Amino acid sequence: MTNHHATAEILSEPLSLQRRALSALMMGLTYLLFLVAIIPLGSLLYTIVSQGLPRFSWNVFFHIPAPIGEAGLIDGFGNAIQGSLMVLAVACIISIPVGLLAAIYMAEFGRNSKTAHVIRFVTQVLSAVPSVVVGVFAYGVIVFTPAIEIGGVLLKPKGFSAVAAGVALAVLMVPIIALTAEESLKLVANAQRLGSMALGGSRFQTTFKVVIPQSMAGITTGVLLALSRAAGETAPLLFTAFFTQNWPTGFDHPTPTLPVLIYNFSQSAYTSQNEMAWTAAMVLVALVLLASLVSRLAVRKSFR
Amino acid sequence: MAHSATHPEDHLLTVSENPRSNLLDRGFTVLVQGVALLVIAILLGITAVVLAYAQPAIAHFGLAFLWSTAWDVPSLQFGALPYIFGTLVTSSVGLILALPISMAVAILTSENFLPAFVREPLAFLVQLLAAIPSVVIGLWGIYVLIPFLLPIGTWLNNNFGWFPLFSTPPAGPGLLPAGVILAVMIIPTIASVSRDVLTVVPKELRSASMALGATQWETILAVMLPAAAPGVVGASMLGLGRALGETMAVSMVIGNSGQITASLLDLGNTIPSLLASQFAEAESPLHIGSLMYLALILFVLTLMVNVAAVLLVRVFGVKV
Amino acid sequence: MNDPQLETTPSETEELTLSQTKSGRLEPAPEPNELVTAMKVRDLSFYYGTFKAIEGINIDIYEGQVTAMIGPSGCGKSTFIKVLNRISELEGQVKVEGTVEFFGQNIYDPKVNLNRLRRQIGMVFQKPNPFPISIYDNVAYGIRLFGRKPKVEMDEIVETALKSAALWGEVKDKLNKSALGLSGGQQQRLCIARALAVKPKVLLMDEPCSALDPIATMKVEELIESLRHEFTIAIVTHNMQQASRVSSYTAFFSTDESRVGHLVEFGPTSQIFLQAKHPRTREYIEGRFG
Repeated sequence: MTNHHATAEILSEPLSLQRRALSALMMGLTYLLFLVAIIPLGSLLYTIVSQGLPRFSWNVFFHIPAPIGEAGLIDGFGNAIQGSLMVLAVACIISIPVGLLAAIYMAEFGRNSKTAHVIRFVTQVLSAVPSVVVGVFAYGVIVFTPAIEIGGVLLKPKGFSAVAAGVALAVLMVPIIALTAEESLKLVANAQRLGSMALGGSRFQTTFKVVIPQSMAGITTGVLLALSRAAGETAPLLFTAFFTQNWPTGFDHPTPTLPVLIYNFSQSAYTSQNEMAWTAAMVLVALVLLASLVSRLAVRKSFR
Repeated sequence: MAHSATHPEDHLLTVSENPRSNLLDRGFTVLVQGVALLVIAILLGITAVVLAYAQPAIAHFGLAFLWSTAWDVPSLQFGALPYIFGTLVTSSVGLILALPISMAVAILTSENFLPAFVREPLAFLVQLLAAIPSVVIGLWGIYVLIPFLLPIGTWLNNNFGWFPLFSTPPAGPGLLPAGVILAVMIIPTIASVSRDVLTVVPKELRSASMALGATQWETILAVMLPAAAPGVVGASMLGLGRALGETMAVSMVIGNSGQITASLLDLGNTIPSLLASQFAEAESPLHIGSLMYLALILFVLTLMVNVAAVLLVRVFGVKV
Repeated sequence: MNDPQLETTPSETEELTLSQTKSGRLEPAPEPNELVTAMKVRDLSFYYGTFKAIEGINIDIYEGQVTAMIGPSGCGKSTFIKVLNRISELEGQVKVEGTVEFFGQNIYDPKVNLNRLRRQIGMVFQKPNPFPISIYDNVAYGIRLFGRKPKVEMDEIVETALKSAALWGEVKDKLNKSALGLSGGQQQRLCIARALAVKPKVLLMDEPCSALDPIATMKVEELIESLRHEFTIAIVTHNMQQASRVSSYTAFFSTDESRVGHLVEFGPTSQIFLQAKHPRTREYIEGRFG
């Protein structure tokens, strides 16, 4: 029973070369791959600013694209910005109530019910439907079918329009709003609901006076997130909003939008339009990043 | 808060609520349920509309559409194979490139190699990429990525030209740039879901492994990753689903040439990209029908991938 | 390397067997001066961040003995045992004062290799935590870390470990099935087998039965009894009967007014349970607090 030092391994002896090599190798590889992951972002942001800034002036917000070959005109893409705002407005008018009510169903009325699970699942699936397919759907439902008019009020236009594009974007926004809003509604403590009910509050009152005010931050986050996603969508707009070089002439007409303008100008043979594509990209990215940044900060505030 | 003690009828249990608020409540319940069902109706509506418009092409070409390689608008000959091929090849290239990178991001941002105040911003930075509109990424692809990949492609072709994947001189745009750009776009998705999955692996498993004398890396490789494997597969499928449906960025760098080629350096086309470029100008019902048929194929493909992904990730209680 | 655990002299083994019978009758433990100290703890204080969890601990864990740590919840007994293999460091920023020696080597020496340390000081946790891989691979995990072995040899090690954990009979036909298919008690015995496979010099058990039903608990207790001749065991338990049944030495922990854990009394189990010197120990044993 002597000499126990000899029987216990020496603790200060390093691990085998093989094991140390594995750790070092994996660590190096991980840092390297991580670097590869953020290089595109760095390059992207750098290029957008360096290519977009030279042509930027406040005029771009207030002028339409200058026709090629005509010197002296002030170049801009104010029409596309206005068109984008119109399309997004239509999308918001449709998607916010739909998304919010669907969330209220999942989190409040049908809480833990089988139907709610099915709807949540369908919402998740819907959020993953390719945007181009949603565009095709809007084309089939709005662009291609006859106009609907009741009592002189145009309910649905025919052909390319801001309305068609708004519907397409709304379909993309609904799942995002519904899923985020549901999460934040669920965070409201059940005791609050019971408290309101116990005082004789109806479901409607409880939902709108107790639950929704408390989850406003989360709901805003969802809407901003959906907006920032929709603002950058291009594919569904190509055959719903289409494009014009001029100012938008109404919700029932072809409408220029920022993403489609970027796409068209990127394909153009003229350098001046290629350059303008970068400037438009810079404006779009700035808006989108701002929205998603604000929404992320809101998430941090409301969830943590 | 709901506070109705001032109403005189409140002490009567039989008239517990005033009729107006009762009606409002009922109406509201019906509205909420109706809208919730609307979400299901939208999904069914998409299916129905695409199916209906695809009908002429389905009736005309039948299933042969799937393996036909013709796409000739003037003579109304349409086949899906080159586009299915291009979609699958670019998505696979994207996934293969994105997976190791995403795992590195997920591990680095979930393990404690870096202090939390460094880790969080890094994770945020990677997620920022997901917020950039795809048309802007496409723009970057045209002016930065393609010129960057061109010499690499030339080198690959010069030195490994015997290998089918690199058997043609690079054209600039093509399958490889499209695959790379898809990788860039799906890294945030795969990385963030994998990170969430890794963080919910019970910490007892880590302790058990470390208590047996394993190093942190041995623990990650032998315990954490296997335990998280189903979730990581789910994350990859979510990424794949996104890659399959991605339109603009791919359309801008792939060269838009519907052909089947072994070489990644060659031009190609994908279903979404073809839809984007032809849909607005299509006029004949058969042309529109064929494009809708393609949209249907894409829809079914992404639907299957995404349903599988949602189910796999759900095992971990991680929200998508 | 020879199995160092088997170096206990025959006479001592016999004496140990006699000292603790299944009836749970308390017999005098061997005198400390006849024993070898496996782990020597001196003036140990431990902090999670800036919070002091335990203070001023002095204790000897004797080789070939079962030492039980008892005390009310929050008294630092679990914290203490996690200091012995430095697994507590996984839980964040920690600080240690004093010394812990493992056969004469200070385990908090900066030069200490944690992987080697933990390989020699095994641990079984509160909740069974088998890896989500096969039963066989669970047991082989620790061995494979420190080098590959031929299949035949590995099979033998796995079988021996599972036999010493009294699990072999129940799993020998499904070694390649997932460990998650086992019952809770079986999972815990698998975790014990996994820890035994690497032949640790000391085995730490952190309330190993707290998540188990009474029958599974009984099986684990029997297992501890059978292991006591080969291994040095330190076990944390909130169950005093369990401590009296399985251990030959007992350490009683308690908190002071500032919620810092202290070692109140340490000695042969019979002495702690029958003639405790400290009034707090007596009160706890008699069930007046905790």
